[in-house]
Amino acid sequence: MLTFVSDLFFHIGRYYTLMMRAFSKPEKGYVFRKRIFEEIEKLGISSLPIVLIISVFMGAVITIQAAFGFESPWIPIYAVGMTTRDSVILEFAPTLVSLILAGKVGSSIASEIGTMRVSEQIDALEIMGVNSSAHLIFPKIIASVLINPFLIVISMFAGIMGGWAFGSLTNVVTSYEYMYGVQFDFRTYNVIYALIKTVVFAFIISSVPAYHGYYTKGGALEVGKSSTSAVVYSSLLILIFNFILTQLLLA
Amino acid sequence: MITVQNISKLFGQKEVLSNISMVAEQGKTTLVIGGSGHGKTVLMRCIIGLEEVGSGAIFYNERNFSEMKLPQRKEIRKEMGVLFQGAALFDSLSVEENVGFPLSMFTTLSEEEKHERVNFCLKRVNLENVNKLFPSELSGGMKKRVGIARAIVMSPKYLFCDEPNSGLDPITSLVIDDLIKEITLEYNITTIVNTHDMNSVMNIGDRVVFIYKGQKWWEGTSKNILHAENKEVQEFVGTAKMLKELRK
Repeated sequence: MLTFVSDLFFHIGRYYTLMMRAFSKPEKGYVFRKRIFEEIEKLGISSLPIVLIISVFMGAVITIQAAFGFESPWIPIYAVGMTTRDSVILEFAPTLVSLILAGKVGSSIASEIGTMRVSEQIDALEIMGVNSSAHLIFPKIIASVLINPFLIVISMFAGIMGGWAFGSLTNVVTSYEYMYGVQFDFRTYNVIYALIKTVVFAFIISSVPAYHGYYTKGGALEVGKSSTSAVVYSSLLILIFNFILTQLLLA
Repeated sequence: MITVQNISKLFGQKEVLSNISMVAEQGKTTLVIGGSGHGKTVLMRCIIGLEEVGSGAIFYNERNFSEMKLPQRKEIRKEMGVLFQGAALFDSLSVEENVGFPLSMFTTLSEEEKHERVNFCLKRVNLENVNKLFPSELSGGMKKRVGIARAIVMSPKYLFCDEPNSGLDPITSLVIDDLIKEITLEYNITTIVNTHDMNSVMNIGDRVVFIYKGQKWWEGTSKNILHAENKEVQEFVGTAKMLKELRK
C-alpha cells in the first residue's frame, strides 16, 4: 500500500514537472504553429471516420432501446427522440467517444513519443538545444483541446441523425415524432456541459499518453507496455473526471 | 578543447564511471574505446550533458559545463554536433527536413538559404538526390551520413560520435571514419568518438582512451596502443597473442 501511494505521488510529481516544461515558450513560433496543424490533422481529422461510424450506430441503438422501453401508452412516442438527444449529448458523445479516442489517439501518442525516446530522437532534440517536451507534447495538447470539441459536436449530430435514420427505417418511431422529441425542451447548457467535459478529456487523452511515452525506457517491448498503460490510465482518468465534472456541473 | 576532470557516475548503487579524466584537443579526434558495457556511452552522455555526473567537472574551453544551468547549457549545446549510435533521425521528417531542422529552429535563414546549406552538408557527406527520402528508405550507412550532415549543419565546435561504425560493413565503416577525420581537420573542431572498432582506432585516432569497467585503464596514441603493456588493452587490441609470439 505504501509503495502504491509513494509511486502515485512520484508519477503525479513527474507528470506535473513534465507539463511545466511542456508549457513553455516555443523556440520558433512558425515551427510551433506548423506542428499544431500537423497534430490537428493527425489526432483530429484522421479520427473523424471512426467517430462518425461509432456515433451513427450509437444513436441508432439508443433509439431502438428507448422505443423498446417506452411501450407504455402513458409515455409519448416523441420521448424516444428526446431520450436519444439527451443520452448522446450528455454522455455518449463526450465520454464514449473520448474513451474511443483515448484508445486510438492515446496509443498513437505514447508509441510515437516512446519510440522517439528509445531511438534517441528525444536526446537528439535536447542536444540541439530544443526543449523536447515543449516541441513534442505542447502542440499535441493544443491540437487535441482545439479539435476534440469539434469532433464531439459532429459526434452529437451524427448520433442524433443515426437515431433518426435507423428509427425511421425500422419503424420504431416516425420521422416527425423523433424530430419533435429532439427539439422538445432543448437545453443549451447540456451542450456546454458536454463541451467542458470534452476539453478536460482532450487534455487527459493527449497529456497522459505523452507522459507515458516520454519516460519510456528500454526497447520495442517497453514501447508497447507504455502504449498499453497510457490507454488504461487515460481511460481511468476520463471516467474519474467524468464523475467529478458531472457532480460539479449538474448536481 | 574539452577537459574531463575526475568524473564519476553512479546508477543506483552501481558505479559505472570512476574518476575519469581526459582531454580532447581542438582539431583532433579523440577515441574512447573499450568493450561493450564498460561505460563508453555513459561517459559520452555525461560529457554532452544527457546524464548528470556524480562528481567531477567537464570544461568546454574553460567553461564549466557541469555547473551550468539548463539555459546556459543550451547555448553550449548549439555548438555541439552529435551522431548517435542509430543516427537518431526523426522518422516523420524527410532527409532535407532532418538536416535542416536545427536551421529551422535556431536561425533566421530563408528557405532558399536553408536549402543551399542542407545541400552543401549532404554533398559534404557524399549524398545527393536523397533530400525527399525518409529515414525508413535509407540504408544504415546513408542514415549515418545524414546523421553526420545534421551534426555539422550548424558548424559545430564539438563533434561527438557514438559507435559510428556499428552495424556497418567494413567498407562503409572506412567511408564514415574518413568523413569524421576530414570534417574534424577541415573545420578544426574537437571530436570525440566512441568505438570498439580497431580499424577506426588505427585510421582516425589522434588520441586513444581505453575504458575498462568504468575506469580509464590506458591513454595514448593510436601508434603506441599496439605496444601497450596493459593486459586488458592488449586483449582488446588483439595483439597479446601476437606480441607473445614476437617475444619468443
